[in-house]
Amino acid sequence: MNAKTADKVATGVIYAIAGSVALVLFAMLAFILVRGLPHLSWHFLTSAARSFEAGGGIGIQLFNSFYLLILAMLISFPIALGAAIYLNEYAKKNSLWVSIVRTSIEVMSSLPSVVVGLFGFLIFVVKFKLGFSILSGAIALTIFNLPILTRSIETSLSQIPNLQREAGAALGLSRFETVIHIILPASVPSIVTGVVISAGRVFGEAAALIYTAGQSAPTLDFTDWNPFNMASPLSPFRPAETLAVHIWKINSEGIMPDISEVSAGASAVLIIVVLLFNFSARRLGQLLYKKLTKA
Amino acid sequence: MDLITEKIKKTSLSTKQDRFGKAISILALLFIAAIVVMIFAFVITRGFATFTSNKINVFDFLFGTNWNPSVVDKKTGLPGVGAAPLIIGSLAVTFLAALIATPFAIGTAVFMTEVAKKRGAKIMQPVIELLVGIPSVVYGVIGLTVVVPFVRSIFGGTGLGILSGTIVLCVMILPTITSMTVDTLKAVPRHYRESALAIGATRWQMIYKVILRAATPGILTAIVFGMARAFGEALAVQMVIGNAANMPESLVSPSATLTSVLTMGIGNTVMGSLQNNVLWSLAMILLLMSLVFNILIRWIGSKGELK
Repeated sequence: MNAKTADKVATGVIYAIAGSVALVLFAMLAFILVRGLPHLSWHFLTSAARSFEAGGGIGIQLFNSFYLLILAMLISFPIALGAAIYLNEYAKKNSLWVSIVRTSIEVMSSLPSVVVGLFGFLIFVVKFKLGFSILSGAIALTIFNLPILTRSIETSLSQIPNLQREAGAALGLSRFETVIHIILPASVPSIVTGVVISAGRVFGEAAALIYTAGQSAPTLDFTDWNPFNMASPLSPFRPAETLAVHIWKINSEGIMPDISEVSAGASAVLIIVVLLFNFSARRLGQLLYKKLTKA
Repeated sequence: MDLITEKIKKTSLSTKQDRFGKAISILALLFIAAIVVMIFAFVITRGFATFTSNKINVFDFLFGTNWNPSVVDKKTGLPGVGAAPLIIGSLAVTFLAALIATPFAIGTAVFMTEVAKKRGAKIMQPVIELLVGIPSVVYGVIGLTVVVPFVRSIFGGTGLGILSGTIVLCVMILPTITSMTVDTLKAVPRHYRESALAIGATRWQMIYKVILRAATPGILTAIVFGMARAFGEALAVQMVIGNAANMPESLVSPSATLTSVLTMGIGNTVMGSLQNNVLWSLAMILLLMSLVFNILIRWIGSKGELK
């Protein structure tokens, strides 16, 4: 085979590989959506799950997923922001302690999420006696989310040209004022994109939640918004099975007669939400950029 | 005069603010580092309990082939705490998944950076991002409803096993390896390509003999990252592997991995009992393996820099 034929064959193979990867994704998305969409209805999305009979919904699980997501984001965002600001604005590039901290963030991001879940179980559920609760789950998700979010915010900050920092310094602003008044506003669009993308990851996470937020979804009283009542949807001390955990649970040990329908519908909802997060992340960033810069 | 000196010497409001802001951001960073240290400290102390308080021999644990912690083995008089079947199961799915995913990942990455840049950016980039975004339980559901019946129809049996786990993991780690390979390929200097083409190489010769060689350390790092993800993946694997903790006889017989036993077991054992302690030892292995993968990545990185 001469070089030219080899080139053509190789090009063909590369096209085929790329095509098959794209095909696998579209086949999976189509499979989940086609199987799941027919089962979606207002009733399915809002009613409580049933363990023994058909016709259960995913209302509570859906609510729990969003509530946990918001709590986890509220906890992890300030910490990640602070850490990213230090790493990008204050840290000296090659000091020993910065490299230690960077390594620990890297190690943290490669921790298996099941280990994160077990750690949360050990510390918050058992030691602090929080039990299977939204709070334990939110903290476990925070640990899962922190390294992703820190890195993404740090990247956003590092994309702001140094000219801006010099301009701030030239105006006599302290480093902190420069960060607050110049750097952060300029990086808001890309930070928002990063936050929404990581929200998609958190929304679909299940392994870290099985032993922290628990695998049961007690009935909620949606008229009671006092966070200190156990039946209130806002109570952080109640066990809360999320959508992703629900899918795992019914597939491994569900006994209701319509497992495959519920699982298909729930998977479709999960995928749709995650896709929405993914698509809206960039859009939201661009929209904010336009609003903020008049560009 | 004194008034001015005093005013200059005094810490100004913005200096105070600056110190405050710096302190807050250091605190956030320290918090993250502390969590990492705590995770290691707690999981490793609990993991060692098997060997210290239950007096299990480390080698029996690592190389024993009988996993059944709640039943005492009649021959040895010890409970079945041999984790070898699980370790082998985990390693098997990890290596097989990486083996299958790598050519696809490199092919896709080459497509995106060398062959069809425009289409690569327009179609393949979102494809890779979406593949990363799909939650692992959804991969598990697809594995259970598509892959397992497919394997069953070809090889018979239940369809659950290492082969199904490998196929599911392969798709899961593909985007990780691909996106990191794309980054390294993009980092190969442009003059490498130009010089290869200038001396009359075809595009494939340029890719194969120059670019892939130059990017080898980066590609290896990408593969190790993928393997780290595969090794720690729990739910998708647990759903399709069959959860039978015996030595894997073939690729299509039900087996188990470290993560699958952990997810199934922790809720069913009592804190502090032997059955629970051995599970923590499994978690410790997972943790140490993720550390090993990290060290491997650094080692490859430092080797690659020397060139």
